[in-house]
Amino acid sequence: MYLLLFFIFGGICVIGALNLLLQRHPINSALSLIVVMSSLAVLYLLLGAEFLAAAQVIVYSGAIMVLFTFVIMLLNAGKEERTHGSKTAYIVGVPGVVVLLCLLSFMFLSQKSRLGSARLGDYLVTTSDLSAVLFRSLLLPFEVTSVLILVAILGAVALARREN
Amino acid sequence: MTVPIAWYLVLSAILFSIGVWAFLIKRNIITVFMSIELMLNAVNLTFVAFAHQWHQVSGQIFVFFVMVVAAAEAAVGLAIIIAVFRTRNTLNVDSVDLMKL
Repeated sequence: MYLLLFFIFGGICVIGALNLLLQRHPINSALSLIVVMSSLAVLYLLLGAEFLAAAQVIVYSGAIMVLFTFVIMLLNAGKEERTHGSKTAYIVGVPGVVVLLCLLSFMFLSQKSRLGSARLGDYLVTTSDLSAVLFRSLLLPFEVTSVLILVAILGAVALARREN
Repeated sequence: MTVPIAWYLVLSAILFSIGVWAFLIKRNIITVFMSIELMLNAVNLTFVAFAHQWHQVSGQIFVFFVMVVAAAEAAVGLAIIIAVFRTRNTLNVDSVDLMKL
């Protein structure tokens, strides 16, 4: 059951990410990114991170992707034009990505026995466990992020405002 | 029935590589920005997988902070994209290669 859920949602993740890569219209890419983020939320749930699964759905596939689709529709973005960017990106970048993937996969799979395995419900982090750490030992970083968000809101308003 | 943590890490490596690939070959500035979000998500999966393996809450706290920073980054980044579109009337990254208007 657990294996089946992992393969179904992991497969949906990879297919959605490939669809983001292959689609030429930005709205299709945005919708496939929503699919990737929602199935990642299920994977978080399988790993026992229930708060993060909820936050993933609310923050990522909710707030951030709504912002993306809103901007795509506001700017009336059409199909991607086929222009040739830097040659270096194709010559060095794409083989580099393949090498990176092979290297990482080889490293992870060779250490497979040492990394252990996950069973459904063997380690569940509840929201109260998470908040105990967040609001006691990490209170200062938490408050600093609220300042960061305030600055980001002001910056977004200042940048997007139409100048007279 | 168990799933090795290594498989989660391989899945995250696949998603990260697709994100880098899309970042390199996509020509629409919004899609390039979305591939950055995909890379952030792939790294978040690694954090959660390691948090599960070592039974540490800190890994999940990291993911929480990444989400917060990503939300702030998305708001500012999209505002910059709107400003770029207003002045240049294009979303193609190859047309936005001059600092001068």
